[in-house]
Amino acid sequence: MAKSEFAHLKERFDYLTERESADHLAVNCPADQLVELCTALRDELGYDLLLDVTAVDWDAQSPRFTGIYHLLSTTKHEYLRIAVDCADSIHPSLPSLCGLYAAANWHERETYDLMGIHYEGHPDLRRILMWDEYPYHPLRKDFPLAGIETPFPADDVAESTNAKVLPAPMAGGPFVSSADGPMSQTEPRARDESWNEQKEKPVE
Amino acid sequence: MQNTNVAYDSKVEGEVIVTQADAVINWIRKHSVWPMPMGLACCAIELMAAGGARFDISRFGMEVMRFSPRQADCMIVAGTVTYKMAEVVRRIYEQMAEPKWVVAMGACASTGGMYRSYATLQGVDRIVPVDVYISGCPPRPEALLDAMIKLQDKIGRERSVKNLTARNAEPAEAELAGAGKES
Ligand code: SF4
Repeated sequence: MAKSEFAHLKERFDYLTERESADHLAVNCPADQLVELCTALRDELGYDLLLDVTAVDWDAQSPRFTGIYHLLSTTKHEYLRIAVDCADSIHPSLPSLCGLYAAANWHERETYDLMGIHYEGHPDLRRILMWDEYPYHPLRKDFPLAGIETPFPADDVAESTNAKVLPAPMAGGPFVSSADGPMSQTEPRARDESWNEQKEKPVE
Repeated sequence: MQNTNVAYDSKVEGEVIVTQADAVINWIRKHSVWPMPMGLACCAIELMAAGGARFDISRFGMEVMRFSPRQADCMIVAGTVTYKMAEVVRRIYEQMAEPKWVVAMGACASTGGMYRSYATLQGVDRIVPVDVYISGCPPRPEALLDAMIKLQDKIGRERSVKNLTARNAEPAEAELAGAGKES
C-alpha cells in the first residue's frame, strides 16, 4: 500500500526519495523544493493539516540537522512524513511553511528555540519556550540535560534574590523507569545509582 | 487561643478580656489568610480540589482566593516553577502587601521535583522566602490543609507588634504606602 503510494508521489515529484519508516509513508525532500512540494500536497493531494514540525540532531553526522514535518489528510485519513536535511550544520536553516499552514508558526518557533534551526521567511521567529535572551538550544545533542549556567532572565530579580540559572543537580539521574516489567516494579530510578546527593560521584 | 494569650475571669474582669496585642493581631491575621493561588502545573488541580466543596478550605478561614496580588497575603506556589516563570512569581510576590507568607506546594515548588533539567528552578525558595513546604507529587488536599493550619500556627507565633515597629523604622516612603494594611 505504502509503496504504491510512494510511487504515485514520485511520479509527480521526481526529487523525492523514499525514507525508512516504521509506520506511515515517509519521504526525503531537498530543502529548496519543500515549499513547492507542500503547496502541491496541500492544494492538490488533500494534505490539509500540518500536525507537527520538529527536527533531528544527528550529532557528529553530516548533515547534522534534519527537519521533520508530519502532514495529515483529513479526507483520505493518511499521514505523510517529510524529512528535509539542512545543508549547513553550523547555521542550519530551512524554508518556513508559515505561508502555507498557519500551524507552522508556533511549531517552527519551538523548533528554532530548542534546536536552533532558522526558518527563512518566518514572520516572527522568536523563542517560544525559553526566554528571549537564552543563549543555547537545549534539545541539541551537545547540550547537557542539567543545563548550563546562565544569567537569570530578569536583572532586577537576579539582583534582589541572587538567583542564577544553574545546572540542575543530576545526582545520578536522569530518573527513568525501565520499559520492562510491571509498573509496580519499574518506579523511576536514577540511571546511575553509584552516586547521589549524599554520596560523591566516583571518579573513574 | 492558648491560655498564655488570654486571661479571663468573669468574676474579676467583668466584661473586660485581658490579652496581648500580638495575640489579637495574630488571631485576626491567621483566621483571614487570603491565598494567592499561584497554580503553575498539576499541583494546582489539588489546590482547586482543596477549595472545592469536598475538602472545603473555608472551614479554616482561608477560602478567599484572590488572583490579584494586591489583595492576597499568602502565595501558594502550586506547581513547577520554570526559570521563565520565576521572574513572574517573584514579581507577584513583591506586589503582595505585607505581611505575607509563602507555601511551597508539592515536590516541584519545594525542590524542582522530578524536573532536574535546564528549564526548571530547583526550588522556589531560591527566589522567595518559603514558610511551609508540602511534600508529595501532588500532595493531597488534606496535606495542603495541614500546611495551611501549620501556617496559621506559625502566624500565631509571630511577634507582630515588634515586627510592625521594626518594619516601620527604616523603609522608604514608597514602601510605607503599601504597608497601610498592617496597622
Ligand atoms: S509536584 Fe508533581 S503534581 Fe505537583 S506540579 Fe510537580 S509534577 Fe505536578
